[in-house]
Amino acid sequence: MEPQIVIARRVAQELKTGNLVNLGIGIPTLVANYVPPDLKVFFQSENGLIGTGPIPEQGMAHPTLTDAGGRPISALPGACVFDSAMSFGLIRGGHVDVTVLGGLQVDAHGLLANWMIPGKMVPGMGGAMDLVSGAKRVIVAMQHAAKGKSKIVAKCSLPLTSARPVNLVVTDMAVIGFPDGKATLLETAPGVSVGEVLAVTEAELAVPDHVPEMKL
Amino acid sequence: MKAVSVEEAVAMIPPGASVMVGGFMGVGTPERLLDEVVRQKKTGLTLICNDAAIPGKGVGKLFDAALVSKLTATHIGLNPNAQKQMLANQIAVDLVPQGTFVERIRAGGCGLGGVLTPTGVGTLVADGKRQIEVDGKPFLLETALRAQFALVHAFLADYIGNLAYALTSRNFNPVMAMAADTVIVTADNIVPVGVIAPDHVVTPAPLVDYLITNG
Repeated sequence: MEPQIVIARRVAQELKTGNLVNLGIGIPTLVANYVPPDLKVFFQSENGLIGTGPIPEQGMAHPTLTDAGGRPISALPGACVFDSAMSFGLIRGGHVDVTVLGGLQVDAHGLLANWMIPGKMVPGMGGAMDLVSGAKRVIVAMQHAAKGKSKIVAKCSLPLTSARPVNLVVTDMAVIGFPDGKATLLETAPGVSVGEVLAVTEAELAVPDHVPEMKL
Repeated sequence: MKAVSVEEAVAMIPPGASVMVGGFMGVGTPERLLDEVVRQKKTGLTLICNDAAIPGKGVGKLFDAALVSKLTATHIGLNPNAQKQMLANQIAVDLVPQGTFVERIRAGGCGLGGVLTPTGVGTLVADGKRQIEVDGKPFLLETALRAQFALVHAFLADYIGNLAYALTSRNFNPVMAMAADTVIVTADNIVPVGVIAPDHVVTPAPLVDYLITNG
């Protein structure tokens, strides 16, 4: 299984019927493809829509029905639209149950950096800071390492997205939680040993006696 | 509300004006007004817009023509021209979290001095801002944002200026229509009064100063 698919499938298991969910761009967007059909989840697009549906069929796109990247989407039965003040009121006000975001670094206490690399990449934070500050549950979906360097770090060297720690990190190698504010190895990916995870993780990880494998 | 041509409307905007433009990645943007701003070469603009769109679309056209000197936005990563102009110090860019951006504009339109938000506490966004505790929780004081002009795009406008929007093209338009001295609107459809039911009017007519007539 491709690393991105491992991550997306595992994250999809965190969603529950009735949840209002906001997916970031990149790997998080893939999560929608792995939500079981009997699970009724509301997906929010922060440009003003609840009830985001899949990319419309060829020739069916509408110029005023788009995702936050400006790409055509569809709307599911029961969808609703609203302005940006309402959209971010939902986000900051704790009405969004789960947000899934990409990450550049997550540190040993669960603090996330995902919006800029000083001097290299300064695109702006868009909605990321509000999502991390306001969503009830924040899940980071990212590769465990980039170019051989751990993205789970002792302390973020990149600018933080929020002072609020994330709840869960799902990578292609592991699921990491932060009970009592300390990074803890909760699951390993299929075929990956605890030792392999520890070997490529810069942050110190607490390891319980039993670490189950992800059930995908 | 006064119905005017797009040329007349844009002629009212002086060079160096502060301008809010509705839209999200060019969706829900008053394209005809922006084309005319480019044609009349309104230089030195202070632009307040969620993003810089992409070259050739929405406010992207203002960067193509190098008309912007100051920008307040939340994300400009998809417009290489805006990025280049920022890195070359041709435009001063203030990047703001999107929820903070819209609340500052909402505050500006609602007579508030600003808002208290938890977003940005403990990050670079907090630099130089007052932090205020309420019930033991830290918040940043984010001040209100207004502009001389708001350029707004609606799906429906009736003859007196009531507005309704379509799907995700609503975004920042109704909030910006509250927060500028002069509000100029383009609409996909200009319709008789009553076509938009009272329950479906999103922006009330008294907020609209100028409606651009069909060309």
